[in-house]
Amino acid sequence: MAVEHVILEMRSITKEFPGVKALSNVSLTVMAGEIHAICGENGAGKSTLMKVLSGVYPYGSYSGDIIFQGTEMRFKDIRSSEAAGIAIIHQELALIPELSITENIFLGNEPTKWGAIDWVGAKRTAYELLARVGLRDDPDTLIKNIGVGKQQLVEIAKALNKSVKVLILDEPTAALNEADSQHLLDLIRGLKGKGISSIMISHKLNEIEQIADSITIIRDGRAIETLDIAADGVNEDRIIRGMVGRSLESRFPDRTPKIGEVFFEVRDWTVQHPQVSERMVVKGSNLTVRTGEIVGIAGLMGAGRTELAMSIFGRSYGNFISGHIFKDGKEIELRNVGEAIEHGLAYVSEDRKALGLNLLDDIKRSIVSAKLSKISAGPVVNDAKEYSIAEEYRKNLRIKTPNVDMGVSKLSGGNQQKVVLAKWMFTDPDILILDEPTRGIDVGAKYEIYGIIQALAAQGKGVILISSELPELLGLADRIYTIFEGTITDCIDGADADPESLMKSMTSAKKKVRSI
Amino acid sequence: MSSNTAPIDTKKDEGRKPIFGRGKGNLRQFGILFSLIAIILLFQFLTDGLTLSSGNLINLVSQYSYILILAIGMVMVIIAGHIDLSVGSVAAFSGIVVAISMSDWNFPWPLAILFGLFVGALIGAWQGFWVAYIGVPAFIVTLAGMLIFRGGNQLIGNADTVPVPDGFTLIGAGYLPEVGPITGFNNLTLVLGFLIAIAIAVREWRARKVQKTMHSEISPLWGSVLKVGLLVAVVIYATFLFAGGRVGTSFPVSGIILGVLVLFYSFVTRNTIVGRHVYAVGGNKLAAELSGVNSRRVNFLVMMNMSILSSLAGMIFVARAGASGPQDGLSWELDAIAAVFIGGAAVSGGIGTVIGSIVGGLVMAVLNNGLQLLGVGSDLVQIIKGLVLLVAVGVDVWNKSQGRPSIIGLLTRNRKLSDPPQPPPAVLPDAGTPASARPADNASN
Repeated sequence: MAVEHVILEMRSITKEFPGVKALSNVSLTVMAGEIHAICGENGAGKSTLMKVLSGVYPYGSYSGDIIFQGTEMRFKDIRSSEAAGIAIIHQELALIPELSITENIFLGNEPTKWGAIDWVGAKRTAYELLARVGLRDDPDTLIKNIGVGKQQLVEIAKALNKSVKVLILDEPTAALNEADSQHLLDLIRGLKGKGISSIMISHKLNEIEQIADSITIIRDGRAIETLDIAADGVNEDRIIRGMVGRSLESRFPDRTPKIGEVFFEVRDWTVQHPQVSERMVVKGSNLTVRTGEIVGIAGLMGAGRTELAMSIFGRSYGNFISGHIFKDGKEIELRNVGEAIEHGLAYVSEDRKALGLNLLDDIKRSIVSAKLSKISAGPVVNDAKEYSIAEEYRKNLRIKTPNVDMGVSKLSGGNQQKVVLAKWMFTDPDILILDEPTRGIDVGAKYEIYGIIQALAAQGKGVILISSELPELLGLADRIYTIFEGTITDCIDGADADPESLMKSMTSAKKKVRSI
Repeated sequence: MSSNTAPIDTKKDEGRKPIFGRGKGNLRQFGILFSLIAIILLFQFLTDGLTLSSGNLINLVSQYSYILILAIGMVMVIIAGHIDLSVGSVAAFSGIVVAISMSDWNFPWPLAILFGLFVGALIGAWQGFWVAYIGVPAFIVTLAGMLIFRGGNQLIGNADTVPVPDGFTLIGAGYLPEVGPITGFNNLTLVLGFLIAIAIAVREWRARKVQKTMHSEISPLWGSVLKVGLLVAVVIYATFLFAGGRVGTSFPVSGIILGVLVLFYSFVTRNTIVGRHVYAVGGNKLAAELSGVNSRRVNFLVMMNMSILSSLAGMIFVARAGASGPQDGLSWELDAIAAVFIGGAAVSGGIGTVIGSIVGGLVMAVLNNGLQLLGVGSDLVQIIKGLVLLVAVGVDVWNKSQGRPSIIGLLTRNRKLSDPPQPPPAVLPDAGTPASARPADNASN
């Protein structure tokens, strides 16, 4: 870093919502050309702080000062903060799928010539911008035809076009696989070299440790501390300690597995892509689950993990081609989700908001929604039972809500996930398939969810755990299958597994499945 | 519960009564019901008491019952995320088929009614098939149905009117009969009114009992007493009005049909599995399917149900008019849809209630009726109705965007995010949570 100077300073920002102080006296100082991470549990106030900075909450709705490049700023909306050189890239990308890369980059900012849009010039600029972010796709490609990782890069290109000086990234790698994440982190590092500061919100502490220059930790709406990575010798445990206010002895709860016999088996499972008939998304895969066992599935994004899980769960994905499912020694046929639930399967989707919950619904109705017959007399749902069951889960799973009449959309990610878990626990499953159960969830809630998963296994249920986070699989699973291009390539004992061996099997087609 | 969660007003957090809400400013929560009362009082004043006269009330019920019946079906269609434009044409088609079944094929009228419902079911199955199993948007399917069945009505009836026998007119133009001693009032109407008043009180008492068993905080007793008192007063007042009309008139039979349907469908939408599934499919179809809901069957059923109710509405109209004609049911779909949206349903589906839609329909009915009593021309009536629809939904949307609870939506708050305004999650974990998190092993049972 060249001469150290402060580019942005937020001074004692306080933001109140009716009845709640979301931020209290938070100060943040960002140097020119640094990567500044903001850490904190969900609901700690990180996003609120960034919304204040980017003008989502306009000047006057908070107290405190924002000093940017030496002058006090009073942003009245996002456009004014962008004009000043502060751009925010949200977790949910704001790109329009049906438009091309060029059109998206210049959306709302179209270059004109004689009153008409200058597409030739726009495309030329788009080429340059794409080159800067390391994207080699044709700028005419439609956004819907490129992956999430590349879309993230387009967002950054869009920000660069507005000659941004401070880039705010909210969970930029949450939806990316390892390779794309790495590329993105490299890019952020590259921007730093060109004098662009980044403020990064992330739950992935290893990434922060790897890339950030300094970290501000926010807890309960207060800035707890700002750490200098190089000087303070910061590691993940140190960050976690700051976030939760004390150290976590372990990232995973202790557990002594009580594993029984094989009771669930998928044999020779092959599934066709729902649209492209020649593409097999799952090919001849086999897996077994024993009672009380947590079985991990490791694979890169797009390897067919979710497709495998959903196709087993009542053929809810793709076109079923061939394969057999055995449970308790008998072959069973699961032609739809209803039959899968009847046979004791449960599937917790990776996409909580799109596939897991009806966000218009309240907690109690969500919890019983997958097996209403259990609390119904004939066609009539028993409200009182529903309420007491929901209350029970609220207490047992520590769902943080004043009451179970609350809309699920009001809950934080971790609590929403607990509602989804409760919903599936309510169906009395024997086998739970959990697809990325801790995605976008803060450390504290993660730990609780790990505890729930282990408790379910301790009850003798079989758990299939799909995760992109290898440490999670290594910490929880008794056995880990690796999947590559739709085929299970390996099965490694949890005790023997290490990231290197898993990664090797996740990226090679050599099939060597051992039976247990 | 953890002490540092966002403070949320959980007082009066009762589970079900959709009309009188919880929370602070109780007045605000009367919502659209309050507007309805205001409109009634306004017209009562403007028409010198004509609005709340026996004759007009009786007329109002028999004149709008069929639109309200359509609104019941329509709200379910809209909750499921669809729309039905064909209801007026289906009503007209069933009307003419039923009229001809009696005049040409000599069906006795009770059989003709069953036949009419059967025709409605067939039409509904046809439309439901296209919507649910082929996947054509309901807007298109029912736009086609609107043309098909309007044309069908004119084809079968030679674009002419077909009269219906007297017995049949009972369902549209009939009243509760006179029985028992001469009291100067219609005795059956009085009995009905008192039974309703008792039912209201019993229901509230039972709701309070349920609250107690649920350990949720109970609304204050005076609230319940006030609520029941007000409702009972209104019911008794209306009872005497309906019972004290011109000799030979009383509470209309069509109003009774409507009442039974409202009770039945309120129960179905709120308390049955099918009802839950309709909301689930409308709220998030993919999540519903992954929870084992057969969304196709749900879509099929709501479309079919709508057409059956359309047939019923058509028959009631024909019975009231004494004949089926080629212009029957024209633009009914718009009245029904307007009622549903004024009643707080969401265009995107997943939100809405039967009761809300009925109140929404009544707002339109009273407005229409009052303006007619004042002698306002149909041109102005249409303009005013259009503006009311726009403003009612506009205020609701604006309120929501301001983070305030939706006035109209409070009626529907069984279904929606109904708590007092809450900032983005400021729900902070307990300080001791992670280390001590040991979910109970008996968590599921």
